[in-house]
Amino acid sequence: MIRFENVHKSFGKHEVLKGIDAEVDKGQVVCLIGASGSGKSTLLRCVNGLEDYQSGRISIEGETIDAHAASIHAIRTRVAMVFQRFNLFPHMTALQNVMEGPVHVLGEDRREVRARAEDHLRRVGLAEKMDFYPSALSGGQQQRVAIARALAMRPDAILLDEPTSALDPEMVGEVLAVLRDLAQEHMTMLIVTHEIQFAREVADGVIFLDQGRIAEHGSAEEVLTRPQNPRTQEFLRRVTHPI
Amino acid sequence: MSPLSERIQEYLPLLVTGLWQTVAVTLISLVLASALGLMWALMRSSGSRWMSLPARYIVEFLRGIPILVVLFYIYFVMPEVGLDLTAFQAGVMGLALTYSCYIGETFRGGIEAVDRGQIEAAKSIGMKHGKMMRRIVLPQAFRIALPPYGNNMVMLLKDSSQVSVISVAELTMQGKMLASSTFDNMTVFTMVAALYLCLTIPLNFLMRRVELKMGAAT
Repeated sequence: MIRFENVHKSFGKHEVLKGIDAEVDKGQVVCLIGASGSGKSTLLRCVNGLEDYQSGRISIEGETIDAHAASIHAIRTRVAMVFQRFNLFPHMTALQNVMEGPVHVLGEDRREVRARAEDHLRRVGLAEKMDFYPSALSGGQQQRVAIARALAMRPDAILLDEPTSALDPEMVGEVLAVLRDLAQEHMTMLIVTHEIQFAREVADGVIFLDQGRIAEHGSAEEVLTRPQNPRTQEFLRRVTHPI
Repeated sequence: MSPLSERIQEYLPLLVTGLWQTVAVTLISLVLASALGLMWALMRSSGSRWMSLPARYIVEFLRGIPILVVLFYIYFVMPEVGLDLTAFQAGVMGLALTYSCYIGETFRGGIEAVDRGQIEAAKSIGMKHGKMMRRIVLPQAFRIALPPYGNNMVMLLKDSSQVSVISVAELTMQGKMLASSTFDNMTVFTMVAALYLCLTIPLNFLMRRVELKMGAAT
């Protein structure tokens, strides 16, 4: 569904992606792991054109993704994104945040969207908070609204950029629980994460990025439990036993 | 000389007509300056050089000329090229042009202060530039720009006294004429100052209230 073919990207002289080849199939959950600066967030952001790339090709269902083409707006409605820092619209309530895209971008019927948005919010456990502004919600609640906002677009896939990294430890679980549900329903997800245990549990595939290259790519079992590459082994040792 | 209270009663009607002129000049200039200022700000943050460069040069150009010179230019030079304006029209135009730059910079500051993440979130749900500006960026930018915009408003109100130099019969002008015919400088200009304060103090108070209310909503 999402395919990377020899993707290269540089910021100025600094090359951050050095030829990425990978594929995410429909209904799969793929986790991108790697040290900071390994290019995993950049790779994710290339998929919906928040970053451009210099050569190679990224495509979704055969359609090339080009950050500078007019087609990018339509592609973004099909590939939703959840950000590390939530990025909810602060001047809108939780419900308005979730309705914004379907009503004002897709032009769908407000009443239908409202019913659907309320369902999504209930589903992420926020039935009581629909009319709250983001500033009145905890980090975990805000991130769940952000996930509902992504779902409301009825996307083909969701990109998640370190969805739990900005959360207090006690709120990580509630967000991961929502993602676990989505994985069980075979929502296609590409997730940048440091939650190795979570990746082990839900990921169909794990990609380990190291300095702009894919150092290891396989099932969660293969990459996380029996890593072959010494860089992966070293990385996993550091994140699972920090001391 | 007649007692103070009688003199005040004598001067007041004339000064109050001037006060209304001041209010009219200020309000009309404010509306025009805000619309123009918003246009400069949107042009500058459009991401297109063809839009942002002209706006930048116009703003730099106008900001570099004193208000008095702008007013003289519009009132005295424009008729020579066929644009005859009344003093009131010329005054409003001069103030609006000059203040569109300050207000434009205020709005631009607000737009630039909106968190980058907001723009990315708007893009990520497929919004195009125009809609993103209207629905996501500007509502937040206005909130950020509100305190400096309030300052612009008070400054514009005070600077409206400058249009007296091209004979607009606003408060300062009326005061000047009254003072030169009565020689009662102290009473007249004290009253003029007091009348300005009658406008600026409530305006400042109002701005603070609005800020508090907006602050509470976020």
